[in-house]
Amino acid sequence: MGSDTIWIIGSNMTRFGKHPDKDVVDLAAEASRMALKDAGISLSEVGVLGVGNLMNAGAGIGQQLQKQIGQTGIPVFNVSNACATGATALRVAIMAVKAGETDVGMAVGVEKLAGAGLLGQRGPKPESETWQPSGRFGALSSTEGRIGTSIMPGVFAQVGMEYGHKYGGTSFELFAKISEKNHSHSTLNPLAAYQKRFTLEEIMNDVMIAYPNTRPMCSGNCDGAAAMIVVNDEKLKSLPLEVQKRAVKISASVLTSDPYVDGCQILPDVNTLTRNAASQAYEQAGIGPEDLDLVELHDCFATAELVHYDNLMLCEEGGAVDFFESGAPWRDGAKPVNVSGGLQSKGHPIAATGIANIHEIVMHLRGEAGDRQIEGARVGLAHVIGLGSACGVHILEKVA
Amino acid sequence: MSEAQEKEITETGGKIAFVDYLILDDPPYLQAQECTSCGARYFDRRNACASCFEDQFRSVAIDQEGVVTSFSIVQMGPIPYVSAVVDCAGTSVKCTIMNVEPSPEYVTLGMQVKLMTYSMGEDSEGTEAIAFGFEPI
Repeated sequence: MGSDTIWIIGSNMTRFGKHPDKDVVDLAAEASRMALKDAGISLSEVGVLGVGNLMNAGAGIGQQLQKQIGQTGIPVFNVSNACATGATALRVAIMAVKAGETDVGMAVGVEKLAGAGLLGQRGPKPESETWQPSGRFGALSSTEGRIGTSIMPGVFAQVGMEYGHKYGGTSFELFAKISEKNHSHSTLNPLAAYQKRFTLEEIMNDVMIAYPNTRPMCSGNCDGAAAMIVVNDEKLKSLPLEVQKRAVKISASVLTSDPYVDGCQILPDVNTLTRNAASQAYEQAGIGPEDLDLVELHDCFATAELVHYDNLMLCEEGGAVDFFESGAPWRDGAKPVNVSGGLQSKGHPIAATGIANIHEIVMHLRGEAGDRQIEGARVGLAHVIGLGSACGVHILEKVA
Repeated sequence: MSEAQEKEITETGGKIAFVDYLILDDPPYLQAQECTSCGARYFDRRNACASCFEDQFRSVAIDQEGVVTSFSIVQMGPIPYVSAVVDCAGTSVKCTIMNVEPSPEYVTLGMQVKLMTYSMGEDSEGTEAIAFGFEPI
């Protein structure tokens, strides 16, 4: 237990789903106040605030949040890093505490997306009288549909299909089964946006969005917020025993971006940066994938979950299909993955996701996950990836 | 419109390519910018090489034929389309697969395809825009 160990002492999230009566700041305030209450500390003790929000990235949501929960004059870092925004906000809080700038940090991720539709889709450009090349490709109009797709369901469909081309064994049915698992898991999660179990047939016969992803195989746009309080070792020791007992150790906290690889300009490479982040995290934590009791990974689409089994080294290289078919990632399997329901079923309020998936691990390590508790869980990993790309991996351990 | 673009339209008989990297020669081909230092290839304009940070590039022609290494059938709009990654002799190309039923019965991983071009129509000055796709061989 080194002096630079960082602990989570407070963690909470709002229900994911539709919150028509609350704005972004309401949701952030709700999650923040619940996390502070969970930690049993006052906002006056918090020395740094990292706030993630993607859809209003220039709006200073952190300061807006302070106006509603307390203006203490501490430094605020408003961050935006695609789907890794929440994990990035937490990284900021952890780094500030690690650097010795403060003993207590708070991270918040919040998004309102219900009804936002498909992200990455752009409306048609205004018609011009003459062809006008623009942008770095000198394109005469939107390239969407003319030169493949840049819309998320299609991009991530191709990520899964590429894996299939490389290693074989994938099929529409296999990807649908991954979704069946996550929709089954979320029936036990009262905070999930969707808590309805789908049969494999229902999933396969639903509206096709981008083959092989049907609608239930895509992450659900919804509203939500999650917040977390982190402290250093010294601060933890000064806190009441009941706080210390529930504290969860952050054994690794890693953020990577996508290094250059051949073809990454054509199909974003979500694999290398995830593998790099996982390798660094396992090294930092001094543990391996075999030690993990549960994993929350970024299943923004069913096709994405498959490749991350491999990228996070939960299986042999190329062995993700066999890993899934062995039953391992089901909640009663050898390596439960996305017992919260994942992004497909718990929902994906973008900037909240990277903190909410860590919150899920915290709940299990504390033994407070209720009906969906993975018994005896002591080590967990949370992963997010934002296209562009940014990847966050956190490994948490129960120590007390 | 820049002088260079006007010149190009004149030289290609009143035609303009949908993107800069489609070269309307006979036959048309795709052209990448290859880093002279490490060989990384780009289709868009780059300030420096993302792989080795050098800033000298040369134009190279991409093979006309390739293999589909990934695809998705995008069905979010009124007309479904096949988005694919095609490996053209080691260079990955992003494209739409044309002249094929947008159905997994007809589009398969490992499928052999070749470059094709088609008209996007004329603008008010009579300039015809030409786009590219790949089609099954």
